[in-house]
Amino acid sequence: MYEAIVALPLIGSLIAAAIALIGARNRFPGEDPPPPHDDHAAPLVQESHASAAPSPHQAHAAFANTHAEEPPAEPPAAGSQAAGLITTTLLGISCLLSWYAFYYVGIAGHQARVTLFTYITFADLHSDWALRIDSLTAVMLVVVTTISSLVHLYSIGYMSDDPYRPRFFSYLSFFTFAMLMLVTSDNLVQLFFGWEGVGLASYLLIGFWYYKPEANAAAIKAFVVNRVGDFGFSLGIFAVFFLTGAVDFDTIFSQAPALAGKSFHFLSFDANALTVVCLLLFMGAMGKSAQFLLHTWLPDAMEGPTPVSALIHAATMVTAGVFMVARLSPLFALSPGASAFVVFIGGTTAVFAGTVALVQNDIKRIIAYSTCSQLGYMFVAMGVGAYSIGMFHLFTHAFFKALLFLCSGSVIIAMHHEQDTRHMGGLWRKLPVTYVTMVIGTLALTGFPFTAGYFSKDAIIEAALVSNHPMAAYGFVMALVAVALTAFYSWRLIFKTFHGEPHDREHYEAAHETPKTMLVPLVVLAIGSIAAGYPALAIFTGHGADTFFHGALSLGTANGLFENAEKLPLALSIMPTVMMIVGFLVAWVFYIRRPDLPEELARQQYVLYQFLLNKWYFDEIYDFLFVRPAMRLGRLLWKGGDGFIIDGFGPDGVSARVLDVTRNVIRLQTGYLYHYAFAMLIGVAAFFTWFMFVGGHG
Amino acid sequence: MTSWPILSVVVFLPIVGALFIAFLRNDEAGARNARWVALWTTLITFAISLILVWRFDTSTADFQFVEKEPWLGGAINYSLGVDGISLPFVILTTAIMPIAILASWTVIQRGVRGFMIAFLVLETLMVGSFCALDLVLFYLFFEGSLIPMFLIIGVWGGPRRVYSSFKFFLYTFAGSVLMLLAIMAMYWQAGTTDIPTLLHHSFPRTLQTWAWFAFLASFAVKMPMWPVHTWLPDAHVEAPTSGSVILAAILLKFGGYGFLRFSLPMFPEASQQLAPLIYALSVVAIIYTSLVALMQEDMKKLIAYSSVAHMGFVTMGIFAVTAQGVSGGIFQMLSHGIVSAALFLCVGVVYDRMHTHEISIFGGLVNRMPLYAFVFMVFSLANIGLPGTSGFVGEFLTLIGTFRVNNWVATLAALGSILSAAYMLWLYRKVIFGKLEKPSLRWIRDLGWREITVLAPLVIVTILIGVYPKPVLDFSAASVTQLIDNYHHALGSVQAAALTR
Repeated sequence: MYEAIVALPLIGSLIAAAIALIGARNRFPGEDPPPPHDDHAAPLVQESHASAAPSPHQAHAAFANTHAEEPPAEPPAAGSQAAGLITTTLLGISCLLSWYAFYYVGIAGHQARVTLFTYITFADLHSDWALRIDSLTAVMLVVVTTISSLVHLYSIGYMSDDPYRPRFFSYLSFFTFAMLMLVTSDNLVQLFFGWEGVGLASYLLIGFWYYKPEANAAAIKAFVVNRVGDFGFSLGIFAVFFLTGAVDFDTIFSQAPALAGKSFHFLSFDANALTVVCLLLFMGAMGKSAQFLLHTWLPDAMEGPTPVSALIHAATMVTAGVFMVARLSPLFALSPGASAFVVFIGGTTAVFAGTVALVQNDIKRIIAYSTCSQLGYMFVAMGVGAYSIGMFHLFTHAFFKALLFLCSGSVIIAMHHEQDTRHMGGLWRKLPVTYVTMVIGTLALTGFPFTAGYFSKDAIIEAALVSNHPMAAYGFVMALVAVALTAFYSWRLIFKTFHGEPHDREHYEAAHETPKTMLVPLVVLAIGSIAAGYPALAIFTGHGADTFFHGALSLGTANGLFENAEKLPLALSIMPTVMMIVGFLVAWVFYIRRPDLPEELARQQYVLYQFLLNKWYFDEIYDFLFVRPAMRLGRLLWKGGDGFIIDGFGPDGVSARVLDVTRNVIRLQTGYLYHYAFAMLIGVAAFFTWFMFVGGHG
Repeated sequence: MTSWPILSVVVFLPIVGALFIAFLRNDEAGARNARWVALWTTLITFAISLILVWRFDTSTADFQFVEKEPWLGGAINYSLGVDGISLPFVILTTAIMPIAILASWTVIQRGVRGFMIAFLVLETLMVGSFCALDLVLFYLFFEGSLIPMFLIIGVWGGPRRVYSSFKFFLYTFAGSVLMLLAIMAMYWQAGTTDIPTLLHHSFPRTLQTWAWFAFLASFAVKMPMWPVHTWLPDAHVEAPTSGSVILAAILLKFGGYGFLRFSLPMFPEASQQLAPLIYALSVVAIIYTSLVALMQEDMKKLIAYSSVAHMGFVTMGIFAVTAQGVSGGIFQMLSHGIVSAALFLCVGVVYDRMHTHEISIFGGLVNRMPLYAFVFMVFSLANIGLPGTSGFVGEFLTLIGTFRVNNWVATLAALGSILSAAYMLWLYRKVIFGKLEKPSLRWIRDLGWREITVLAPLVIVTILIGVYPKPVLDFSAASVTQLIDNYHHALGSVQAAALTR
């Protein structure tokens, strides 16, 4: 059964890939050079060339400053519809099996490990392809397959006019496969495979519309920034292997207590072994989960199609970092230093991303920064030792964040690929279902009482409050501030998009509610955003977590937390709700009551506004610090190092002399040179054997 | 084991094919026949070499299929044999050869017979180098292989072929002279040129050091290691596609093979003492050439620089002398042999259509060549070292093996994985992605069936051994383990002696 959960998406991906490739082959058979006039593809290509010039269709789109460029005009490949249906069906089956596994493993308590075959194994290094199914994995299986199958379903509608649908579904299913390999891994090497596999899928999907230069740039940025994190991750794996002689979780965890307090000589420093290991591994988590300093790729990743943003850049892939820390919680729990760093990064990200989201105008980027911020919450929980609560927020967040993205996709489609909230407004009349579901998502995100987000977010804040961890206070304050920020930017988004007067009449009039295949996922996720909280409370917090996780993650410090949390004074426990209401009210005043206020404020606080609008200038700083110097150094080493020094003093100096002599000789004999050359070969060989022969006797 | 000299057959069968071609008529029909003869010769050679795999005993580190005949009055032996370290390279060679022949099928129109003869002779010399169990025999094969390669670049190459081929020749020849001196010294010291005997001979300390340097001079150029790498980009740019394939896939592996066969086992003390030098050169190679690769404007140069960086992982892993480091080095060489060969084939595909490999000429190829885009993507990812492709296994093993010995080196080398992603994805974006705007590319056609036949096996192997590397790793396990045991044993006895002193 577990094999099927993982294999079905892969099979779907391969089928869709085959359809895509066969379709492509039929369009471009690659046989003879096509005669310029008699080729069926000719009008298509000319058409796509024509569309490069301003056409009426594009003129219509010219309002939009972030408008998606028109796809090349091509008929969809044969079997496009089938590709969507097949992958969606297979994922649906995988999803049903996952829910069963969730029950069987989590509730009924049957953990399992399925070894498939060996992976990298040499001498004392041993890693397998294996499926480790414990409660932690079961939670992830449910999250990944549920969101993924809903997103597949949604994509059938969303991508219905895209000629490259089979490729899209292939990537989407491949992503799901890689993510499932990640969450079921039982060793660090397979985890790394899934880790980079989802990175590849993310790269491919961000750059799905390859004719858009920004999409290509964003795709490369996502991959390379993630590689920076993976650099740390891989060093972490090496260090773990160095210290424990193993890469599989069971051995590592059994050895970890013995490592506590040991020092490790790393890069000429002597440091606490576990802290070094955890920090290196956490670097990978920072990249994948877009945490402060390595977050820059996530907002740009919004260049990809919106279902991708919902699945990969909100609900699943970006939570891989959180999952990794939870999976390795027996290590992190032993390293207070690393945990403090986790809290610091998580708290900082929560507030940092929140501040940037305050002023952004692109509907998807606002939600992207919100994702960053919410991931920060999860890391705060991880850092203070409340691993199961972090997983709780991961679980609920998947529902409402996927919902928000899919709703924004619905808005974007209705507005003909308009993403700028400044051109929207008043849409609630046109898109009632989208409006209602998006408000539900927003309520859950902001932590409105008794929605899913309320339970998990409150649990995190309380955990930070009662924890006696040195950094916990920082995490608590940051989390509380971020609540107000979240409420403000979320409602700002709703008000600007759905309320007020339409800012773009033409688009407004043309807007229409999306088809049913897209609405079904919205409704399902909306239900999840409300209902996923309370029932899950019992398994992620308190003593329920003990029985549910069966030691799949470390609960050592968390148990105490749960008991203390129940004894909190009322004033403190309603703090988050108060902050949420404050944020909502400010947004209401700014965007409903006094719509002129925001602009006035932006004028008054010009520097601050620009600072936030430009995302704290991180892109510019990184460009200045890393990208440009690397390129300048590359050019210098190439022209100066290789060209001037090595070649100048080496072969060129010598060969210049040789060449003067030989050039004329060669030119005379070109064409027959090889006759001479074989004479030379034989001559050299003969000379040489003779030489050795004499040498042998001499 | 066998009643017939199977290794000799594998080594000399290509020469037989070459002789056959030499008697063909020098006209259109002769050229066509020459292609077919060359293809069948290489295919049969490959098939026979697979018998070696089938009969190979992976449980022992001894040389197998050994043939030994006195030669040249008994001073030297004609001695062949393979172990777990050399056999993978023999298979790599015989497998890549038919692919290289197919890659030159229509491109080479001038002097087809000569070209095919050069290729077949080259195959004999390359396979011979990996099989030779006598120093002199090795030297003959090893240096002899330089000549056909020199001709392939010099005669059938691009516009600056003369400059490139001389640069190639100068570099490699300088190294080989030094190696010859070392070989003579070793003969005078040990009284034999028999490699299995020399593997257990302990050379005096001073001889070890300078012989080690002499071998380094030759192997570092072939590898190529920084700073003697500058011949490689030029050679690749001018070489015809099939020449680049052979150069990248097989000739570059001589250096690593040489380190494993000679430097480590025969000069263990020198290897240990001078390992920091190799580390330094390896790390510089990885970071320096990756940065240079970022700035390249020619596809072939970019891939050539990336080859230098990848070979840096190999030298680093080998001289870490840990089980993972050495086996990772071997795996990385095999993987690079497949992946870089495939990348050069991919460049060749568009070169055949546009007659240039300048990056700026291309752009948006995916619009007309979707299948090509797919294949190129697979090999780009393998070159980046994505898990699930063969590129990852080698990089991972060398790094994890080196980390155990020196974590500074492994950390700096791991930085290369960031840079490789940057330059390969940048290349892919410039060539494949984007809109197809250049009029010259409007009618460019996708892969033909011959090209698919050439590339498909490489795609399959890249992914297959990337997902399931065990058979390849097991192949060399016994030999690698013994190599490391002997190395540490040799050092151990030295250290013991030093302690008692």
